[in-house]
Amino acid sequence: MMARILASLSAGLVFGLGLAVSQMVNPAKVLAFLDVAGAWDPSLALVMGAAVAVTWVGYRLVLGRPKPVLTESFQLPTKTAIDARLITGAAIFGIGWGLAGLCPGPAIASAAYLQAETLYFVPAMLAGLFLARRIA
Amino acid sequence: MENFTPGSALAGGALIGLAAVMLMGLTGRIAGISGILGGLLPPAPGESAWRAAFAVGLVGGTLLYRAGGGPLASLQFSATPVTLIAAGLLVGFGTVLGSGCTSGHGVCGIARLSKRSVASVATFMITAALTVYVTRHLLGAG
Repeated sequence: MMARILASLSAGLVFGLGLAVSQMVNPAKVLAFLDVAGAWDPSLALVMGAAVAVTWVGYRLVLGRPKPVLTESFQLPTKTAIDARLITGAAIFGIGWGLAGLCPGPAIASAAYLQAETLYFVPAMLAGLFLARRIA
Repeated sequence: MENFTPGSALAGGALIGLAAVMLMGLTGRIAGISGILGGLLPPAPGESAWRAAFAVGLVGGTLLYRAGGGPLASLQFSATPVTLIAAGLLVGFGTVLGSGCTSGHGVCGIARLSKRSVASVATFMITAALTVYVTRHLLGAG
């Protein structure tokens, strides 16, 4: 149990470091990618490209093993249908992302900067997560 | 493209990928932040500590970057408090409804070649870009 928590903490640390190094923790940087009609900054595409490439190779290595190092099984999504719920949820998320320039990972990581905006966004995001799990 | 930062983008992206592989290889979980956080609301027995630890790690990793003298000194927000609250609600609600966000669908799902994730990413990229277009270029805000 303790090893699993430490592994998760370590993965979170590396993830948070990656968000900071890539500047994806900065809303202005994300909005500059989304602003295709303005002074477009393609950096976010390279962040996602590098992250996907490393994950693609790494998943092939680890998912070929019988089980994870610290738990009994790999927990992978099983749904395959592209349904209205998936698309509606993604569309709503995108609107929020475009309004603030924050998605869930950077929103949490932004707490490291102790700026007031995090205190507006993160509790609202947690309320949205809670609400959707209750009613949707 | 004067603000394009390809080197740090690739390095940071590789770290994010490494973190996703670590979480899967060690604990068998998808590194999807909305899913990890959503599982805490409400918390389930035996499934909360690792989720909270990951969230603490996200903040800790960014603190490490700052302590190590990373060049990003402060975050630049353009949204007002009211817009930030509305956006937070939409991000939270939408990622639960759509089963994932930029990390779960955008990184882990695409790397698994999931058609659902490709559809999700295409959708949220389009609505996000449209939202920025409307707020910046039609309404002239931020």
